[in-house]
Amino acid sequence: MKICQIKDLLGAKVICGEDMMDRHVYSACGSDMMSDVLAYVKDQSVLLTGLVNSQVIRTAEMMDMVCIVFVRSKMPSEEMIELAKDSGIALLATDKRLYEACGKLYEGGLRGNGVKK
Amino acid sequence: MNEDLIFHFDVDGSDFTSAGQASVQLKKNLRQLGISPDIIRRVSIAMYEGEINMVIHANGGEADVAVTETDITITLRDKGPGIKDIDLAMQEGFSTATDNIRSLGFGAGMGLPNMKRYSDSMEIDSVVGEGTVITMKINL
Repeated sequence: MKICQIKDLLGAKVICGEDMMDRHVYSACGSDMMSDVLAYVKDQSVLLTGLVNSQVIRTAEMMDMVCIVFVRSKMPSEEMIELAKDSGIALLATDKRLYEACGKLYEGGLRGNGVKK
Repeated sequence: MNEDLIFHFDVDGSDFTSAGQASVQLKKNLRQLGISPDIIRRVSIAMYEGEINMVIHANGGEADVAVTETDITITLRDKGPGIKDIDLAMQEGFSTATDNIRSLGFGAGMGLPNMKRYSDSMEIDSVVGEGTVITMKINL
């Protein structure tokens, strides 16, 4: 799935990373607990979360994730946006709740595919 | 690499927002060395969880990362409260973090288990009231 498809499926707004819309993602995870995200390795994946702080961006960076979707209309701070730009991570925001947002992407063909080390 | 490389980081314990900066820097350093992305990710996650732990539990500390031809060793030192029961602390889901920390996305009791998961070996040397030294080795 391309990032632009995630944007369309979730009716999401692109906060940064407009140039990354054609990038492919192969897996996703949804969580507000960053250590749970860090427990499962995936390649080129997207993180859906309702948590808004700098650690979300750093967690994604550590995991080599390419896109973060903020749910429930949460908006990242300027500082977070700068961090994401530095790390080459696209940020999206949707008004959908976490469960629904994950469901829509799953339905659209994006699976979990995480491998617990 | 002809000589062993050591990267040193001071981890500021006063500000949760800045936690993880050392891990981000380390990741950049390792990329410059041309180490494989898979190894870099494992080292970065182990270091990041360790860094977060030091900020949450020990008011910061310091990290040394040694890169040799055969492995990468991360040594984390803090002067925090120490770990009373290491076996218990290693259990997934066990955490002494406050609700405030949980609201920030950590304290799920996955930090130490994740650090062990991503390293090839991990040793914890902790004295209650004095501090903790954690050594993690990732083979190249």
